Amino acid sequence: MRAADVPFEKVTAKNFPKGPDSLASGHRACQGCGEVLALRLLLKALGTEFIAVSATGCMEVCTGPFPQSAWRMPWIHVAFENAAAVASGVESAVKVLRRKGRGPDKRIPVVAVAGDGGTADIGLQALSGALERGHEDFVYICLDNEAYMNTGIQRSSATPFGANTTTSPVGSKSRGQYSWKKNMPAIAAAHGVPYVATANPAFHLDLMNKIRRAVAIPGPAYLHVYAPCPTGWRMKPELAVESGRLAVSTRIFPLYEVLDGRYVINRKVDNPAPLTDYFKVQGRFKHLGEKDVAYITERVNQEYDKLVKLSEAFPV
Amino acid sequence: MSKRVGIEVSLAVAEAVKLADADVVAAYPITPQTHIVEHLSELVADGELDAAYIPVESEHSAMSSCIGSSAAGARTFTATSSQGLALMNEMIFIAPVLRTPVILAIANRALSAPINIWNDHSDIMSVRDAGWICLFAENGQEAVDMTLAAFRIGEDPQVSLPVSVNIDGFTLSHFIEPILLPDKAEVDRFLPPFKPVIKLDIAQPISVGLLAPPESYTEARKATDDALLASKAVVKKAFDEYEAVFGRRYQVVESYRVEDAETVIVAMGSIAETASIAIDEMREAGQKVGLVRLRLWRPFPAEELAAALSAAKNVAVIDRHMVLGVDNGPLGLEVKSLLYDAPNRPRVFNYVLGLGGRDVTRDDFRDIAARVSSSQGVQTRYEIVGVLA
Repeated sequence: MRAADVPFEKVTAKNFPKGPDSLASGHRACQGCGEVLALRLLLKALGTEFIAVSATGCMEVCTGPFPQSAWRMPWIHVAFENAAAVASGVESAVKVLRRKGRGPDKRIPVVAVAGDGGTADIGLQALSGALERGHEDFVYICLDNEAYMNTGIQRSSATPFGANTTTSPVGSKSRGQYSWKKNMPAIAAAHGVPYVATANPAFHLDLMNKIRRAVAIPGPAYLHVYAPCPTGWRMKPELAVESGRLAVSTRIFPLYEVLDGRYVINRKVDNPAPLTDYFKVQGRFKHLGEKDVAYITERVNQEYDKLVKLSEAFPV
Repeated sequence: MSKRVGIEVSLAVAEAVKLADADVVAAYPITPQTHIVEHLSELVADGELDAAYIPVESEHSAMSSCIGSSAAGARTFTATSSQGLALMNEMIFIAPVLRTPVILAIANRALSAPINIWNDHSDIMSVRDAGWICLFAENGQEAVDMTLAAFRIGEDPQVSLPVSVNIDGFTLSHFIEPILLPDKAEVDRFLPPFKPVIKLDIAQPISVGLLAPPESYTEARKATDDALLASKAVVKKAFDEYEAVFGRRYQVVESYRVEDAETVIVAMGSIAETASIAIDEMREAGQKVGLVRLRLWRPFPAEELAAALSAAKNVAVIDRHMVLGVDNGPLGLEVKSLLYDAPNRPRVFNYVLGLGGRDVTRDDFRDIAARVSSSQGVQTRYEIVGVLA
């Protein structure tokens, strides 16, 4: 069956999942954290009949420590760079035990969760291996807050061009991050997996339906989730959702899906809002001048146009 | 009934993993371990072993997958050597504390640099304190027997720790030997199905691997060490039951002709067999020499080793790993520390030999015995046997 035709129960405002959150309250995330908001919604969409695997990072740290845990499903954390490899082992074990009659006789999705550093940098090899091997019940979520926030706002390869971080500082010879954000969804899609999508907690139903779809489609799935970080972005804590909306309306973080290599843009943006709207509420961009913004705007539009062309050339 | 076959030791180890009904194998190729996992992937491909074979992209991911698989309740095996074990290093320290009883065969090989694919013990010695139970095999039969015993020991609910089975690379892994391969019914009598102590189960959700603050980190480490130290009794019991089922007797420390021996050689792995032949020859020539071999390296069998060395005047400890920047090798340090409080403290000599696959012969042991008997004082630093000046 085509990935696009795999049925799944849609989340709507009317049938929003009831009951307690799968991620318990009382965790220690920062005030206004957009990452834990995204995680809570993703897990709520899944319920508790799955196994979660965490990479080391903000979400792993703030949901503990021993003897407390916010995870209401079976959960394992091993290290930083290997969530995809641990999840590969869990997924294989669950399938074998089911086949041998020693585990529940149903599909149990295995969902790995990592940050952008744990995905785009140190975890890229393990992720590539897992996607290539084609684990059937494997979903990988990258919660992208665009830097190593847990260790104190160091740049990663997913940090956007121009952002001021503690290791891409602005100085007399530096304009902040000097490289363009690594295109992780494209890298995931290049593995030929059946499902890749971007998502954003400001579009919560879209986000929840994407994880539902990712789990429903047999084969590895990759979700790249925008995770606004007021602490690391030097932004007021009440602006996480607003920044999520602006990320889409300015085209800097487009929402799209790749189903069997075919592209769908979920939110078309024909008349983008100026990027200055997005930058001005985030202290990490406050040093950017007109020339910087013009350069970034041009590149953002180029990248968006590429997506549009892909969606026209390879429609679902 | 067991079947006597001529088989390469690596393949025999894979056959033992098949007899143990492993559920998951996650592995990455590295010389000289490759034949073990090649044969396992064949057994899975031919439907002879009902397991998932995960062809991971690195040893780091191999051990990561194994930890995940074991935590999910599957009997889990992998194999590696040298650089592969070094790449696994981070995971090697995590598996014991998460109490995941992964079984790891190590075809022991020298660590880089310089790059060298041949046998010594530098790979396992670099992770000796990580919390794994470490067994050493002397020959092909022992490689098979220790592999089967490893599952029984590691998965024991009182233990729930990973186990490494150390098999000298090439010297054992690539030799064709006559081996008694147990039959399935015998193995089933010895090895019960895996009943994991911790399990990722949707019916009873638990969190594994939470952050431990200063209030609980020490306790978690201590709990692992307590389990590791207590596992020695389980190892002994497993060896007793192995004898009851298969008729082969194993001990954590094994002595050979130590009665009235003035000089006792202490060794691990395949060179112990060479040493035992040299000892026979020296005994015939009237020299009072004996051999003590450690089968169990971690947990360190202190009592048993002290008892085995209690009558010796001289102890010659063989290390196949050079610890840089210190006067003794790992086994040398351990034995010196052990004998410091002994009532009749013998002189302890430490010799490093057989590094990077350099051949170890009977002559080397005669040379060592001669050095010990001609020495008047104490040795202040290990000596390398067979090194070019």
